[in-house]
Amino acid sequence: MPTQVDLGEFRNEVREFLRQKLPARISNKVRSGLRMTKADFEEWHAILNEKGWLAVNWPVEFGGTGWTAHQRFIFEDEMCAAHAPRIVPFGLMMLGPVLQKFGSQAQRDRFLPRILNGDDWWCQGYSEPGAGSDLASLKTKAVRDGDHYVVNGQKTWTTLGQHADWIFCLVRTDPDAKPQEGISFLLIDMASPGVEIRPIRLLDGEAEVNEVFFDNVRVPAENLVGEENQGWTYAKYLLTHERTNIAGTGFAKAGLDAVKRIAAQEMTGGKSLAANPLFAARLAQVEIDLMAMETTNLRVIAQVAAGQAPGVESSMLKIKGTELRQQINDLTRRAVGPYAIPFVSEALDEGSNTQPVGPDYAAPVAAQYFNNRKLTIYGGSNEVQRTIIAKQVLDL
Amino acid sequence: MSTQDRISFGETEERTMLRDTLRRFLSDVYSDEQRNASLATEHGMSSEIWSQLAELGVMHALFDEQVGGLGGHGYDMATVFEETGRAGMVEPLLENAVLAGGLIADLGTADQHALLEQVMSGQHQLAFAHAEPGSRYDMSRVATTVKPDGSGFVLNGRKAVVANGSAAHSLVVSARSAGPDDAEAGISLFLVPADMAGLSMRGYPKIDGGYASEIELDDLKLPGDALLGPSGEAFPAIEARICAAIVAVSAEALGAMETARQLTIEHLKTRTQFGRPIGKFQVLQHRMADMLIEIEQARSAVLNLAAALDGPRPERERHASATKNLIGRVGRLVAEESIQMHGGIGMTQEYALAHFARRLVMVDHEFGDTDHHLERFIAFSQARV
Repeated sequence: MPTQVDLGEFRNEVREFLRQKLPARISNKVRSGLRMTKADFEEWHAILNEKGWLAVNWPVEFGGTGWTAHQRFIFEDEMCAAHAPRIVPFGLMMLGPVLQKFGSQAQRDRFLPRILNGDDWWCQGYSEPGAGSDLASLKTKAVRDGDHYVVNGQKTWTTLGQHADWIFCLVRTDPDAKPQEGISFLLIDMASPGVEIRPIRLLDGEAEVNEVFFDNVRVPAENLVGEENQGWTYAKYLLTHERTNIAGTGFAKAGLDAVKRIAAQEMTGGKSLAANPLFAARLAQVEIDLMAMETTNLRVIAQVAAGQAPGVESSMLKIKGTELRQQINDLTRRAVGPYAIPFVSEALDEGSNTQPVGPDYAAPVAAQYFNNRKLTIYGGSNEVQRTIIAKQVLDL
Repeated sequence: MSTQDRISFGETEERTMLRDTLRRFLSDVYSDEQRNASLATEHGMSSEIWSQLAELGVMHALFDEQVGGLGGHGYDMATVFEETGRAGMVEPLLENAVLAGGLIADLGTADQHALLEQVMSGQHQLAFAHAEPGSRYDMSRVATTVKPDGSGFVLNGRKAVVANGSAAHSLVVSARSAGPDDAEAGISLFLVPADMAGLSMRGYPKIDGGYASEIELDDLKLPGDALLGPSGEAFPAIEARICAAIVAVSAEALGAMETARQLTIEHLKTRTQFGRPIGKFQVLQHRMADMLIEIEQARSAVLNLAAALDGPRPERERHASATKNLIGRVGRLVAEESIQMHGGIGMTQEYALAHFARRLVMVDHEFGDTDHHLERFIAFSQARV
């Protein structure tokens, strides 16, 4: 066992920290489903960084927490319960571990401190219009020209790219190799000439994701991570690295608590919705599944602690966790009844003078339901995950 | 430590050894042929297997140290019954070592405890006669009456689907001394030799193996020392033992799921249609993946309840209902999906899957089904807010 940490004490320490340091203004926004600004995320990141708790999956030598999977699970659980904003994952969860494992010393020295300090906001350049689940078919190409790569192509579904200073990209550097073998991992400054970003408005009315276009963008060759044509290996490392929180158990638990609070306030047939046998049954069914999933998640964490890398278990957690969260979003939307219908965008801005039409809690739930349809699509769609699971056990 | 911070899931050296020993023993001796041979006997059990289980200490693992056992905790039950379920064992371990035997252990006098030695050594068979024709899954609905009769008692009533009834040398019988038919207060238990006058039974086979009985108590006269535990206050012990039985059948179902899963995987890999193994078809791959995920959920649910079994009653019962609900759903899913993915061969009684599919579905008919426990989970959840 790599740690002798008393997990109960650790949980108390996290809870106490959140009680003292999480600004009420921010947790109120998260609880109320109001629109989060870049400044909100940055403010919260800075508070976590001051405590040394921002890079939860980095080793101590790089300025991370060095926490075990179990500690990270508890941390996320408490963060969700306290309505803290999620840690924006792109620089911290995704790029950081890749640079630590495959980056040059110069890249680590240059980029890792800036991620911690909030100097750089990173986004992820993987998906393309023609490369979703079949990511290895990506076409954005980088051609070496002296000390530079010249990048042409298009990325899409770039989450929060509108805030980003940098993008880490998978690009094709060898068009003649097998799809997985001609891909490189490149770091691109979003301010480079030839980079253009356009928002994509989604079902929820928000523009959380973007298209990013590259038109003869010159990228210094020193921004190549690791070796040319090895990018697929690095990206895959990212997909299997420390994915023990992939189920989003903490988010599901917080969501379940929220729908219970709403159901206690909504009335139907002269009684509270929580007392309605049909609704109570649907809710209880989700809660029972969630109780089991939390233990499934902890069992996978225990395996990691015992030195086994999670393989197919990550896929199982991804599927079960995302489907449960969608069920919770669905119940929440149904819980508010007709007041799911009003769609007053300004009411979701902090301090807006526009009053929501129905109860405060009803304003964001339909949009949240639509937003979270993404859960079963991104990070390897649940269908891709099912195929991974089946291939592993059937071995055909 | 809160539930979230558990890391060991009850694993100890002793339980690992128990699991390994039992798994090895059952995989050596408990073939499909052995099961059929067990089922072909008068009471649906092999006396050789039964005495070997006793020698291995399997029954001791299910009893508390205070009555001469070696365990009796939730994780012990989960460990043992997962293995018997995996093997598809039909011998009446639950009836002897968890239900009737457990009630004797929990409530019995020193004299009554003496019987347990014979039970643990495999020489004495027990059954628990509690449910009645109209009680369905309601644990407190007891219409069988008990009245004082001199220094003893006289019982009248009927008991329904009493597993292992016809093989039992002694039965633990519930009867009401006071209160309305569904009251928790007023229920007493009696330890009754099976050959008493006034007790008659009709035995019959169960669809998932073994035998059960319908029992009539017609002026059954019992001596005063037949009373097991406090008069009129047996309900808490009955509820706690049925909770232990839920751990056991849930773990048994989990073991059966593992076997159904293995059989189905083998079938998908070896059955060829349209020129390829049918496991190459994505529609079957995805159904298989869903089954695997749900089996992991079932394992987690069993562990949750095993951990809660020794805890305070409201949390224990809330977990019992959560687990039994989930096991009911997943058991049915695994049975139905395994049959479907097998195709025609999955329909045949001769093929091994048949036993496991039947058992998985029938577990939902014991100690409360999916809907019963969903309703009960809601009640316990609301009571704790």
